[in-house]
Amino acid sequence: MHQGGLTGLPSGPYVEAPSGPNDFALKLANVNGTGSASANALLMQAIFRMGIPVSGKNLFPSNIQGLPTWYEIRVNASGHTARTARYDLMVAMNAETYAADIAEVRSGGWVLYDSTGPLKKSLQRSDVTFLGVPYARLCLESFAGARERTLMKNIVYVGTLAALLDFDMSVLSGMLDEKFGKKPALRESNARAIQIGYDWAKEHVDCPLPIRLERMSATADSILIDGNTATALGCLYAGATVAGWYPITPSTSVLDAFKTLCERYRVDEQTGEQRYCIVQAEDELAAIGMVIGATWAGARAFTATSGPGISLMGELVGLAYYAEIPAVIIDVQRVGPSTGMPTRTQQGDILLCAYASHGDTKHVLLFPSNPAECFHFAVAAFDLAERFQTPVFMLSDLDIGMNDWVVPKLEWNDDYRPDRGRVLTRDEIAALPKFTRYSPEDKLAVAARTVPGVHEKGAFFTRGSGHNKLGGYTEIPEEYAEVMERLSRKHRAAGAHVPAAVIEKRPGAKFGVITLGGCDLAVREALEQLGKRGVNADYMRIRAFPFGEDVEAFLESHDHFFVVEQNRDAQLRALLVLETPVAKEKLLSVLAYGGFPLQARQVVEGILAQLPDIEDPDVADRRERTRRAS
Amino acid sequence: MSYIRKPVARHPSLRPNALGLTLRDYEGAMSTMCAGCGHDSITAAIVRAFHETDTPPHMVAKLSGIGCSSKTPTYFLSGAHGFNSAHGRMPAIATGAAAANRALTLIGVSGDGDSLSIGIGQMSHAIRRNVNMLYVLENNGVYGLTKGQFSASADRGSKSKRGEPNTQQSIDPVMLALSLGATFVARSFSGDKDQLVPILKAGLAHRGFALVDVVSPCVTFNDHDGSTKSYLYTRAHQEAAIEMSFVPHRDEIVAEYAAGTTRDVAMHDGSVVRFSKVPEGYDPTDRRSVIDWLVEHQSTGAVPTGLLFLDPDANPEMHEASKTPETPLTDLPYESLCPGAAALESLQRGYR
Repeated sequence: MHQGGLTGLPSGPYVEAPSGPNDFALKLANVNGTGSASANALLMQAIFRMGIPVSGKNLFPSNIQGLPTWYEIRVNASGHTARTARYDLMVAMNAETYAADIAEVRSGGWVLYDSTGPLKKSLQRSDVTFLGVPYARLCLESFAGARERTLMKNIVYVGTLAALLDFDMSVLSGMLDEKFGKKPALRESNARAIQIGYDWAKEHVDCPLPIRLERMSATADSILIDGNTATALGCLYAGATVAGWYPITPSTSVLDAFKTLCERYRVDEQTGEQRYCIVQAEDELAAIGMVIGATWAGARAFTATSGPGISLMGELVGLAYYAEIPAVIIDVQRVGPSTGMPTRTQQGDILLCAYASHGDTKHVLLFPSNPAECFHFAVAAFDLAERFQTPVFMLSDLDIGMNDWVVPKLEWNDDYRPDRGRVLTRDEIAALPKFTRYSPEDKLAVAARTVPGVHEKGAFFTRGSGHNKLGGYTEIPEEYAEVMERLSRKHRAAGAHVPAAVIEKRPGAKFGVITLGGCDLAVREALEQLGKRGVNADYMRIRAFPFGEDVEAFLESHDHFFVVEQNRDAQLRALLVLETPVAKEKLLSVLAYGGFPLQARQVVEGILAQLPDIEDPDVADRRERTRRAS
Repeated sequence: MSYIRKPVARHPSLRPNALGLTLRDYEGAMSTMCAGCGHDSITAAIVRAFHETDTPPHMVAKLSGIGCSSKTPTYFLSGAHGFNSAHGRMPAIATGAAAANRALTLIGVSGDGDSLSIGIGQMSHAIRRNVNMLYVLENNGVYGLTKGQFSASADRGSKSKRGEPNTQQSIDPVMLALSLGATFVARSFSGDKDQLVPILKAGLAHRGFALVDVVSPCVTFNDHDGSTKSYLYTRAHQEAAIEMSFVPHRDEIVAEYAAGTTRDVAMHDGSVVRFSKVPEGYDPTDRRSVIDWLVEHQSTGAVPTGLLFLDPDANPEMHEASKTPETPLTDLPYESLCPGAAALESLQRGYR
């Protein structure tokens, strides 16, 4: 390890590149329920339409109206659009949070605030530029009615930012046309609000600021979509006809979107008949039950939920696993345990989903990293669930699910046909001397199934109680174990059919970095930063469980790996230790689980802090002994 | 349980139905219930009801939860798919199966523990949703498989085998279903096959959720003095208050009744439920009058039985409310479900 030259590398504080055109971050501090969300989305969308890589993260409270809410926009020409907490410009619209918001702006940055009232001396900083815009007064002069004045304050700051950051005004204007095409009065007031903010900035500030936008063409083949909508699209394209669900943040919009899409594409124009059945269940126990009943009867069905729902579904997930009934479960993860923080993101359900339910159970998990993968993995989830006759979990999270992401346009191949797995047709059943449910098995350790209503000879009794390979009730140890062994083989076989890991090798890499899901962008950015410091690492993003051979091979390619994930207990690391031959000493953790999306800075700092450990095993050993002693 | 094998030979007197199937073709595996269990009588009634309604066995899905009653779907219709699911979760699984394939005839068999304790939420919501299924609640007031604990349907004051009185109020599935807007509510007694079979047949014909609460004494744990769910008590207190017959749509109504003494209710499949005897002032299609009568009558300790309430049009069945096509969702070709690449391309113009 030592000869590789890791020793003596800078391990000092994380330094980010200076901001400049198309490389900066904004934070907008608002009060929820005041209409700021649409103003902020407008800003982000306009930047996207100017061809510039951008991300928008909504950091919102679990509340309807009146509490602080923030929106962050990061613009980065190189595509590094993971969250950053280094804010160049703060739009401070919430007096309640002024102190914290103003303190967060980087030295040399700007604060935009409502100067209708005076700003307390104690809040002022000498190292940032305060741009006081009299938003309340401007709106009072230009708009009638309290509600409109409140709403329009947000649109006025859009105008101010448009001038300060050099937005393409034709883009903004085009967006207003689309948004308010049928409501000319609203279009007019929004356009007027933008103009008021724009004119004010032009008149009072030397526009544009050094952080400004410059048109690019990096997003020409991209779309702006949230993961939940993309997931719903995947379910639609996979041919799902039944959905059972119970509302829960942050997964609710999966079903909202699915319903909207079905209304658009699955309603017969003549008869009004709906080629889908969405059942809002009484709870998650019932939601998963409906999915299992529907797939058992031969439909493609799914549910979408979050951690608390998965906890409730555990019982029937075990039934589906043991009775071998397909089920697609979308888990849009939020912060646990218990109610946790419903509007914050985390990757805390990995182990819960991997082994959900009592007894020996193991499930197939998919880990999309962005909305585009949500779309494709949702389709894959149905194919895998039916091919392997088992529950498949897709673990998205709040950041992926509820924020708009810039991703490559979704492609669809019209040759796709669902892989229904081994479902016997009427003729196939008729040709059998006798149908038995759980044997014979194929190479994937899967046995053929039948669905009701097809042929009398295909009838069998589905049960969650002990059964033998013929499907008969049993309490005989050998018969029970024979089925359990096959289920284990079946799970292993799925490893070759799930999405492969994304592996990127770098010359001179001395260790590997492993991550999953929405950590992708931050980890990639971190690896680039580390590379600039001469610290090179190979990269693997795991996209599914069971782990394939590619994952195991990667784990043999270095002596040490950092596993980056968003939970306290290093759940991905634990899963790797449990389910691969890797020695646990080889895996170090970088964990960030407070509820906000991961930043590159956290990854770089987490790795640099532990580099001495892997350079010098004695150091690691000493640390471990100290840790245990304490 | 008994250990006598069923004869394979068919008795020549077994009458084939319109499908050419005899009663034997609607039977299942050997029962493992205790000898004399009320559930076995219900199983026999279910076999009759399916046979007499000419239901093709493979078009039936029989579902259950967990408990003694939930074991019984094994004992009828071996030609039908069965699903012995999890405790109290059968209604949701049946709801999913109904959503997927509306051409199936669903029968759910449950017990008082399965339906009124752990599964009361799911049963209530299946009623509310008006899932098209026959739901048979085999009600014995006791947990059998765990050896004799009171269930939620045990009456207050009813005594356990050890002599302890039940101190809690019982839940009456009939009153519960009526309050939830059920469209078909019946109560019967496992020992009264003549009453039970036509009720089950009507329940199969009913479009929507048909609840049949059947008092079914547990010979091992709840058939003693002091129990209000014993054979003796039920026989003494059962009151076949509402008499009806089920007339399938292909049969002409031939029985003659004195004018004004019968009331016909047309079912959606063209069959008819003919009420031949009801108490004075009782209208089996008027929820309010049924509830009032039951409240008053049951307070005396009577166990009124019969098809107590029927209003096929009170609420839309789940599929009607969902506007799904007559063709089961499972039979829709994939091409009619996937909008395709061109639609995705055009949809994404809105994601710019």
